[in-house]
Amino acid sequence: MSFIANTPSQQKQMLSEIGLSMDGLFADIPKEFLTKEFNLPSGMSEFEVRNRLADLADKNHIDLTCFLGGGFYDHFIPSAVYALISRSEFYTAYTPYQPEISQGTLQAIFEYQSLICRLTEMQASNASLYDGGTALYEAMMMALRITGRNKILIDDSVNPIYRVMIQSYTKNLNIDLEQTKNEQGLVNRKALLEKLDDGTAAIIVQNPNFFGCVDDFTDLAEAAHKKGALLIVSCYPISLGILKTPGAMGADIVTGEGQSLGLPMSFGGPYLGFMATKKDYVRKMPGRIVGRTKDNQGRTGFVLTLQAREQHIRRDKATSNICSNEALCALTALVYSSLLGKDGLKQTAQLCADKASYAWQRLTAVKGVKSKFQAKWFFNEFVIELPANAAEVAGKLIEKGFAAGFPLSRYYEGMENSLLIAVTEKRTKQQIGMLAEALEAVL
Amino acid sequence: MKLIYEKSVEGRHGVMPPASDVPTTIHIKKELLRNSDAKLPELSELDVVRHFTELSRRNFGVDTNFYPLGSCTMKYNPKVAERIAAYPGFAHLHPLLPQLRMGGMLTQGALEVLYDMDKYLCELTAMAGFTMQPMAGAHGELTGIMIMAAYHRDKGNKKTTVLIPDSAHGTNPASAAIAGYKVVSVPSDSEGMMDVEALRKMVNSETAGLMLTCPNTLGIFEKNIKEICEIIHSVDGLCYYDGANLNAIVGKARPGDFGFDIMHINLHKTFATPHGGGGPGAGPVGVVKKLVDFLPVSIVVKRDDGTFALEYDRPKSIGYIAPFYGNFAIILRAYVYILMLGKEGLKAVSENAVLNANYIKEKLKDYYDLPFGQTCKHECVFSAERQTKNGVHAIDIAKGLIERGFHPPTVYFPSIVKEAIMVEPTETESKETLDIFINTMIELAKLAKNEPEKLKAAPITTPVGRLDETAAAKNVDIAEI
Repeated sequence: MSFIANTPSQQKQMLSEIGLSMDGLFADIPKEFLTKEFNLPSGMSEFEVRNRLADLADKNHIDLTCFLGGGFYDHFIPSAVYALISRSEFYTAYTPYQPEISQGTLQAIFEYQSLICRLTEMQASNASLYDGGTALYEAMMMALRITGRNKILIDDSVNPIYRVMIQSYTKNLNIDLEQTKNEQGLVNRKALLEKLDDGTAAIIVQNPNFFGCVDDFTDLAEAAHKKGALLIVSCYPISLGILKTPGAMGADIVTGEGQSLGLPMSFGGPYLGFMATKKDYVRKMPGRIVGRTKDNQGRTGFVLTLQAREQHIRRDKATSNICSNEALCALTALVYSSLLGKDGLKQTAQLCADKASYAWQRLTAVKGVKSKFQAKWFFNEFVIELPANAAEVAGKLIEKGFAAGFPLSRYYEGMENSLLIAVTEKRTKQQIGMLAEALEAVL
Repeated sequence: MKLIYEKSVEGRHGVMPPASDVPTTIHIKKELLRNSDAKLPELSELDVVRHFTELSRRNFGVDTNFYPLGSCTMKYNPKVAERIAAYPGFAHLHPLLPQLRMGGMLTQGALEVLYDMDKYLCELTAMAGFTMQPMAGAHGELTGIMIMAAYHRDKGNKKTTVLIPDSAHGTNPASAAIAGYKVVSVPSDSEGMMDVEALRKMVNSETAGLMLTCPNTLGIFEKNIKEICEIIHSVDGLCYYDGANLNAIVGKARPGDFGFDIMHINLHKTFATPHGGGGPGAGPVGVVKKLVDFLPVSIVVKRDDGTFALEYDRPKSIGYIAPFYGNFAIILRAYVYILMLGKEGLKAVSENAVLNANYIKEKLKDYYDLPFGQTCKHECVFSAERQTKNGVHAIDIAKGLIERGFHPPTVYFPSIVKEAIMVEPTETESKETLDIFINTMIELAKLAKNEPEKLKAAPITTPVGRLDETAAAKNVDIAEI
């Protein structure tokens, strides 16, 4: 079926009114390029499509109890989130180029920008970016623009998925990207400070880091600033319900993945990259920005602003090539956090931390299992060291109904027996206990 | 209307998290905790529902109003796609599952969607392989240019320049520059097409490639497209197709046949995934055979036994440009659209998109200037230059339309047309809607002539009137902290 309204007789009428034939409408395309037949299926009815897609959905194993994290988490999503973002006035609109009829989207983005500032304790946010990884890459590019330098230091406790993305993006550019190797699950301060020099544009770190460990980067911010460099911190927004903020640490640019703020995991997207910075750097920030202003009668309203940075005006001199944002995902994060509110976010963060702490106790009590790192403080994720290959153990646990965690050998040498385990507020004491028993049984 | 933060009442609660069933142990030392709570609003669930419902009523969407925003392709979004994207089997699928041992078998349904989309898009474009990773059209452009660079690097070519027509989307030059290339602008000729003779003179051994939209941003099919591609290929340059306007030719003609080597498709435009107020979109990138090895990792492959797997071992790949498999839930919606339309429906997409655009063009050409009068494809570009004699500009026409219940067309783009008004009706709009729009545009043209001051005052029925954009950029107020 199709969604075309014009009937064949209307088409005929329209064509005759403008004095053209259907073939005539395509006469400007050289004949040799007009394809006769495509090797594609014929159209289906809604009933058939829903059946086919229901079958495909059933082939995906969502029945496994999820302890997978790695930056993407199985959090609870309140019903009102979906109800509100499903309002078609939001999802069938586009970029708010005409502010008088787009105040809904514009005010929501302004409130979202405020949310990101409040979570991170920074002064300015953009209207969102594609995901946490591209946000971190954009932050790096922003630091290069601000400092005019070309050296970037990044610790390997930063999400490896983001690090490989940054490597892809910088292949054609003259950037000196230096990695340091974590020290017992925490950033390698000694190595970072040794490499930090007058040519350094930024230090990139993450909190909680990829291993779940919690840190305070105030010292790194100070050291970076002394050398005229910036500190970029990637963070996990739910953790900001209780953890010291990047803003309080003195970070210059803060990014992160907003998926945990009410977005389903959806096999990798769409997600939400957020970015916040200090007021001084607003004009160097990529992406869309919404600003508050007045209308011709003195009423408060919102518009897209600082567009002179953007590619439709600056073309190849623009701060970035991004001309969209993840508006509906940003709205989702705003609705989610507004429903939870001040106490709800704090309690959710506390629950994650408490349940992870409980899981850590239960799992490290299993014979042969121990904590991978000496670092004592973690948020909702931690690494255990198994007496066997972690990928094999995780494979066996799938058969027992658990997506037990992420084996680190894929990204880290010498971590063949290490398993990264994430716990959210959705995991129950019983599920955690069953995972411990299952682990004991397969070892 | 108040901000949500201004509606906060201390001690009020919305949705509460579950009660804890484990011991509460403050196991993180105090210095690592934040010293005051994040200032989120304190509201009831109803407070929040009312707030966002009220905001939604301050928006135009395709479901509420005709939305002929040129170059944005605001077609109808079928509801079935939303329903399917919310199926738990898709929505609750963790992206790292396939990376566990034998994990690919846990996600066969999702992998099949990605595999099928690759094949369908290849068939529709005459490309040899697609990556689903790019998360927007501009992201696709950057990916495509990175593939271009990887190809030249692999051949040992040091090429520095990308050619882009002066009518191109601003993202084209920005993407090429961010990938490390020098951008050179190619002029348009008097017919609104690329000046082929100018191009011939500009091409040299430094030319890495060309980025082109076809039909171009004026809605005109580049009639010399074959020659253009041949000129670029003669210096081993690659031709990049900006697929923003693929909806004009989908099911009718294929960019790969024209001579393009790399392209992206804005799934939201051609295959009707919702624009979401500015995203998320998806911009899969396709390439011809000689470039397949450079596509990002991973790629979905079909094994001999009919099962699907992710392939990572691709030594020439440009690497990861997204964490996983792109905006999966968007790809899924586009997949649903393709399945429902099938080959006949897709052909009808371009036919009706082009018919509707030409219908508007012909009906309004006596009332507004038409800088390029030939048959257009999916959109037509008028100029309000005639109206400026009475002090009425394109923006005033736009505001007059708002007052009359229409989302305005794109104005002031493409920049090579003075006072541009770019109308893109899309294929899903009916003749009845087009006729009402046409009559309104005629009414506005008359008003511009006879009572221009009335247009300058519009809109007056909207929640806010014309906003002071200069003040917004000068006194930057972008968050309520």
